[in-house]
Amino acid sequence: MDDKTIIAKRVAREMKSGQLVNLGIGLPTSVARHLPAGVEVFFQSENGIIGMAAVPAEGLENDSLSDAGGSPIGAVAGAAAFDSCTSFGLIRGGHLDVTVLGGLQVDELGQLANWMVPGRMVPGMGGAMDLVSGARRVIVAMTHTARGEAKILPRCTLPLTSVRRVDLVVTELAVIEPTARGLLLRETAPGVAVEQVLATTAARLIVPDQVGVMALAA
Amino acid sequence: MNKAISAAAAAERIADGAVIMIGGFMGVGSPHRLIDELVRQKRTGLTIIANDSARPGVGIGKLIDAHAVRRLIATHIGTNAETQRQMIAGELAVDLVPQGTLAERIRAAGHGLGGVLTPTGVGTIAAEGKRTLEVEGRTFLLETPLAADVALIGCHRADYSGNLDYSLTARNFNPLMAMAAGLVIAEPDAVVPVGVIPPDAVVTPHVLVDLFVQGEPRHG
Repeated sequence: MDDKTIIAKRVAREMKSGQLVNLGIGLPTSVARHLPAGVEVFFQSENGIIGMAAVPAEGLENDSLSDAGGSPIGAVAGAAAFDSCTSFGLIRGGHLDVTVLGGLQVDELGQLANWMVPGRMVPGMGGAMDLVSGARRVIVAMTHTARGEAKILPRCTLPLTSVRRVDLVVTELAVIEPTARGLLLRETAPGVAVEQVLATTAARLIVPDQVGVMALAA
Repeated sequence: MNKAISAAAAAERIADGAVIMIGGFMGVGSPHRLIDELVRQKRTGLTIIANDSARPGVGIGKLIDAHAVRRLIATHIGTNAETQRQMIAGELAVDLVPQGTLAERIRAAGHGLGGVLTPTGVGTIAAEGKRTLEVEGRTFLLETPLAADVALIGCHRADYSGNLDYSLTARNFNPLMAMAAGLVIAEPDAVVPVGVIPPDAVVTPHVLVDLFVQGEPRHG
């Protein structure tokens, strides 16, 4: 199983039926494909819909129905469409249960940086600052390192997305919960030793006596 | 009053250097015929307020390709390498604004408000140069209203009085922008007789719409 599939399958297990969920473009989007059987959530896309569904068959795309990346999507029966103010009112107003975003860095305060690398990559924050500030629960889904460099650091060196402490970080190696006391190592991936996680993490991790093993959605 | 106009004649009402809001999200819901006309008529020095600049050759990306834009106020340019290239080369000024904040700043202008208080961006570089206020123990940024000379609105239908409705995710910023500009030009997929859009289904009331473009719709 590749790293991104491991991450998506673990994140998928965080979803509970009835929740309103926003998945970022890229790795987070693939979480939708791994929802455990019987779990039904509503997907929001911040460009203005609740009830986003899988890509329609070729030829059945609607020019006026897209995800936040501009790609064609479907909609479930009972979907609702709205303008950008309502969409971000849902996000900021405490109506969005979960957001899953990618990450460039997370630090010991649980702060996320995921929207720019000064001088190298300035895509813009899009909806990320609103999502991290406003969602009830923020899950960061990212690879543990980038080109061998640690991404979980004592302090983010890249511009922050929000000063809010995120709720959970899921990588291909570990599940880490940022707490008021610091980063708590909750789980390691199957076959991954605690030492391997510590060696690839620049931040200090709190290692409890019992570290669980990541269970992955089927 | 006749509000119907050709895309070419509508674009002629827009001056070089104008501040223009353009609806749409990655080109979905953008007024494509009006964008094409601005390119064809070689407008320059524009300030564009929009969610994004789509991709090269698509939607607002066509205005970027044509070097028609001097300043872009947007939430995301990661999908358009040409926008990033012009920004790095100093040919184009880009102001990046969080998406919910952009929506609310436009709404504030259109609704006669002095600004909005948002928690988004507090403690980040998006807060630089902005006032913060404490309200009931929480910290907020004061974000100021954002208005434009012209708003170009993509919509589903217009009736002949100028009432507009929208379709699915093509709605996005369009109804907000229709309230926040001096001259509002709509580009519907279809023009229908007055009464076809029932009052409960009208999203943008006709008094807000100065002109609408007739002709065949185009997507992309």
